[in-house]
Amino acid sequence: MGAPQVPATGGKLAALGAWIDERFPMTKLWNEHVAEYYAPKNFNFWYYFGSIALFVLALQIVTGIFLTMSYKPSATEAFGSVEYIMRDVEWGWLIRYLHSTGASAFFIVVYLHMFRALLYGSHRKPRELLWIFGVLIYLALMAEAFFGYLLPWGNMSYWGAQVIVSLFGTFPLIGDWLIEWIRGDYFISDITLNRFFALHVVALPLVLIFLVVAHVLALHEVGSNNPDGIEIKKTKGPDGHPLDGIPFHPYYTVKDLFGLSLFLVLFAAVVFFAPEMGGLFLEAPNFEPANPLLTPEHIAPVWYFTPYYAILRAVPAFLGTQVWGVLAMFAAIVLLFFVPWLDRSPVKSIRYRGPIYKVALMVFAADFILLGYCGLKPAVQPFQTMSVIGTIVYFAFFLAMPWYSRIDRTRPEPPRVTS
Amino acid sequence: MRRLRGLFVLIAILPAAAFAAGEGFPLQHANTDVASLASLQRGARNFVNYCLGCHSAKYMRYSQVAADLALTEDDVRANLMFTGTSIYDSMESAMPADKARQWFGNAPPDLSLIARSRGVDYVYTFMRSFYVDPSRPTGSNNALLPQTAMPNVFAGLQGTQQPRYESTHLVALDPLAPGEMPAASFDSFVRDTVAFLEYVSEPAKAQRMSLGVWVILFLLMFTVFTWFLYKEYWKDVK
Repeated sequence: MGAPQVPATGGKLAALGAWIDERFPMTKLWNEHVAEYYAPKNFNFWYYFGSIALFVLALQIVTGIFLTMSYKPSATEAFGSVEYIMRDVEWGWLIRYLHSTGASAFFIVVYLHMFRALLYGSHRKPRELLWIFGVLIYLALMAEAFFGYLLPWGNMSYWGAQVIVSLFGTFPLIGDWLIEWIRGDYFISDITLNRFFALHVVALPLVLIFLVVAHVLALHEVGSNNPDGIEIKKTKGPDGHPLDGIPFHPYYTVKDLFGLSLFLVLFAAVVFFAPEMGGLFLEAPNFEPANPLLTPEHIAPVWYFTPYYAILRAVPAFLGTQVWGVLAMFAAIVLLFFVPWLDRSPVKSIRYRGPIYKVALMVFAADFILLGYCGLKPAVQPFQTMSVIGTIVYFAFFLAMPWYSRIDRTRPEPPRVTS
Repeated sequence: MRRLRGLFVLIAILPAAAFAAGEGFPLQHANTDVASLASLQRGARNFVNYCLGCHSAKYMRYSQVAADLALTEDDVRANLMFTGTSIYDSMESAMPADKARQWFGNAPPDLSLIARSRGVDYVYTFMRSFYVDPSRPTGSNNALLPQTAMPNVFAGLQGTQQPRYESTHLVALDPLAPGEMPAASFDSFVRDTVAFLEYVSEPAKAQRMSLGVWVILFLLMFTVFTWFLYKEYWKDVK
């Protein structure tokens, strides 16, 4: 037992750590946000998607950096440079598929993450700001995806951007000026492509990272919600830590690592065996270069926008303008900000809510999928009627919430989390 | 605003137009096998002999074809390279685009991605669906893509076909005069060519599929390990 108590290298590392800690709160940050962040011990399946979303964000940034090394943001070269990446760049096809599949995966993960909040009341007091940061992330993500979709300069990129940008033209008086200002030209052109590239690669990633940091800081300030929807901070042990809380590291780092690897199995299955996902993730007309003279047979936005596209098309034009559909579409997203105040239930979690909210939430989830399906389809019957019904249900879920969430027959919440 | 309303009208009627086009000639199954090197090699031969005269595959390099189809660069130079000077050149047609526009009214489309943008069944059906139509400048028409500017370059192999109508609807093509090839040989000729186009549209596909199996096996194993790690750590959580 003649060996020293502390290995020599550990001693040096510890000394380095102390040196840094005197100048930068390294250990303090690690403890506050990871090692001594107490999270409820009863997280279930639905709680994987936060850390998975963080992983996908990192994946998009890293693959995006490598894509920009070979991509050319010019109307004459963009399409060819993507094919150059797919064929001549070492592992370029893999980087591109990771990025294109990552975009869709991001939305799937974020939708499930948001659904979790609605299930367990994670948007309720004191987490209103946390939820608002989340909705802002969702908005920034939509903008990021929209700008990114133009970059391959395929024919669907071109016409999709054409349709979405034109929506801004429906605003009275300023409409025509507004679309010109967005495009920087009289049509979608090289200039538009360049500015969308700047926004996709620099501006929105910065906004996203800032918002994600704010989202996580807000979460760590108030503490995580849990499937029982009760505050674990109310019952603390003699050590000052919540009795139902466990340190995020190592408990949730290892658990989330398992969740992440399970996600990666599914993700890799798409990347390697179905990167086009039957035309949902990569659309067939986008393998033709942008052509202002040739409209694709059927223009539909990428699947993650289609619920809102269906709402847009469901609202008829009247008073000589189409602006109502556009306003309805924006309202459908803006409503999300108000959910913490629309929800008047005395309990947070679906476990203790009554049948009305349970039914309402399930109907809403099905309705969102139905709207997404209609948005992919041409604006003909029966999809048109389905979209109208879907839109009414969408708005009813939110606007009637103050009423139905209050009259629901809830059960009392337990004092401590259940397993 | 008027332009904009026009766009909305366009959005509204386009799907209808799509439906109208969809009512057309039924697609036949290409049944290609991109894993078969022999089929791809025959397809490459067909492509350079029958397509490359007018159509380019400008994103495809001869060197890549050699590497992926298990051919030596000398093989490719001797048998497949009728255009280009270097093995690293891409498969560009020798026909100038402006002349092509004069001759056919349309520059023949680049075929690098045709199998992905239209689908293999579309290309397969298109190649088999030319019929005699004296009203067209080329003397032929296509059941899948009416009024196509492309002449029937397969008449010598396939023979000629005539349309069969039910009321005004073109429902099938019947043989008119036989060609050099029996029907079954022509089917595999087209199938090989389409398989090559499918390969050209995504040269990494074979690598993607074979690598994918190993990546997923690794990730499944990794998932098992992380599961045990998670269970081990969580033993003391009550």
